[in-house]
Amino acid sequence: MSPRLLRADADPVGRHDTPLTVTVNGEPLAGVAGQTVAGVLLASGRRSWRAGPSGAPRGVFCGIGVCFDCLVTVNGERDVRACRRRAADGDVVTTQSREPGDAR
Amino acid sequence: MTARTRRHVAVVGAGPAGLAAAAAALRAGARVTLVDAAERPGGQYHRMLPEQYRAARPERLHHGWAAFDRLRRHVLGHPRCAWWAESSVWSLERPGPGDETAPRVHVVRGPADGAGRERLVLDPDALVLAPGAHDRVLPFPGWDLPGVFTAGAAQALAKGERVVIGDRVVVAGAGPFLLPVAASLLEAGSTVLEVLEANPAATVLRGWGRRPWELASQAGKAGELAEYTALLARHRVPYRTGRAVIEARGDGRVEEVVTARLRADWSVVSGTERIVAVDAVCVGHGFTPQLELPLAAGCALREGFVQVDGDQRTTAPAVLAAGEITGIAGAPAARVEGLVAGWAAGGGDAAAPEARAARRRRDRARAFAARLAAAHPIGDGWPGWLRPETVVCRCEETTYGALCRAADAPASAAARAVKLGTRAGLGPCQARICGPSVAELLARRSPPPDLAAGGHRPATPHHRPVAQPIRLGELARPPKENL
Repeated sequence: MSPRLLRADADPVGRHDTPLTVTVNGEPLAGVAGQTVAGVLLASGRRSWRAGPSGAPRGVFCGIGVCFDCLVTVNGERDVRACRRRAADGDVVTTQSREPGDAR
Repeated sequence: MTARTRRHVAVVGAGPAGLAAAAAALRAGARVTLVDAAERPGGQYHRMLPEQYRAARPERLHHGWAAFDRLRRHVLGHPRCAWWAESSVWSLERPGPGDETAPRVHVVRGPADGAGRERLVLDPDALVLAPGAHDRVLPFPGWDLPGVFTAGAAQALAKGERVVIGDRVVVAGAGPFLLPVAASLLEAGSTVLEVLEANPAATVLRGWGRRPWELASQAGKAGELAEYTALLARHRVPYRTGRAVIEARGDGRVEEVVTARLRADWSVVSGTERIVAVDAVCVGHGFTPQLELPLAAGCALREGFVQVDGDQRTTAPAVLAAGEITGIAGAPAARVEGLVAGWAAGGGDAAAPEARAARRRRDRARAFAARLAAAHPIGDGWPGWLRPETVVCRCEETTYGALCRAADAPASAAARAVKLGTRAGLGPCQARICGPSVAELLARRSPPPDLAAGGHRPATPHHRPVAQPIRLGELARPPKENL
């Protein structure tokens, strides 16, 4: 199995979710309002969406904005930490990797 | 007294330490600006669910929810408190020499890493720094595979947005924080296969067992740990001491981990390796204090943490510090440190009975921190887990072999030269993750720099002039001042 969002009806905290949709490299992904971009990606079964300099896959590592492994481009802005950015309905997310010689 | 003539205290960080500091400064009569990068207060310990989840029973995920909820409502709703959510302090501007005023606080406010954030500048009379800590994770072969998470990430995802990282999970590392992480995973429905504490039982028991009377004052923390232990027992999750995850393997993601028995110094006892099939693994070997801001403010460090006096004042004028940056001791300690710091920052009378009581509680909390450090040290033998091709710096993919070669070559052995030659610590995270490990590996291989002969003292891995990323467009924008 892969990472997933707890079902709202089975969640003891009693959530009342509002659905949202973002696109990732053009593909629509369903999420709920309040999730981070990383949360939406993980819950859709993706573990990695960026590559290190050698091409090695990277996803979420620290989850709190420290490691910068999870960087994505959101609505044209590069280098957004997916674990810290709340997803907004209609967000256009594109994955990004480091270009050789890129500061990021 | 008008708002403008009142003493103004800026508090950075709204976790247990920062919230308590804000409350104490308000009580002392000051006006307060409370700044935090997250949308909601609580920090990592009381990480709240997003408001949009409209959770009916958020208390299910928290220890001490009622007290926290009261405190945050009191502070955020206080007429003298300005609450700045989604606000990152990216720079502290020190006053000139001889000037005893607090540093200017440069803030960007808006969605994380967004391009259109607002620039704000605070000129407080006193500054309380309570930025907290993040997980320290030692490198091991395969730790860069997707599916390997820090313990903090697993907890933040489960507690903060109800995302579970996997179904068959091993939790490993060192320290009592592994227990609440395992509890969060169990609560969210994962199967936790085992919890591995790298230190042997003897070390853990010696650390926790000495001077038992000190523990009584931390009954809250001890009770919390006992609850986690009971939960683990109920789910039949083994808690093994003297054992660690020494390798993660898989094709593009973690599929199995290798665990092994460790000696007291964390060297591997060969022949004790076991392979465990997993779909996720959480690791944490303690915590790294977030020292960017205290260093930017010019605060002196002692043994890797911000040096503070009896009132939580740092060596920098009008700058106080509370919480994990003054020593890793957990939420109860952070709260009393925050109380002491906020009261002093707000101009409260140091001789007031409640101030004395808070300082006594703080002193006991510090004793708890010392005990924690003794019970869960990092053993010297961990580099034995590494292979030449093991990535140490995740950003730049600098390997252990490359670091060793650079450290052993006489021309490049100085820490700065190693960094420039191998790029370790120069990637996007700016050595936040690998810095302490690289520093430790180099210190072992290279002789200390000859400062008398003009050698450079190795820079602390936490020194970052820009504490949080800011975009050039944002920097060019004129800030709002006199807030």
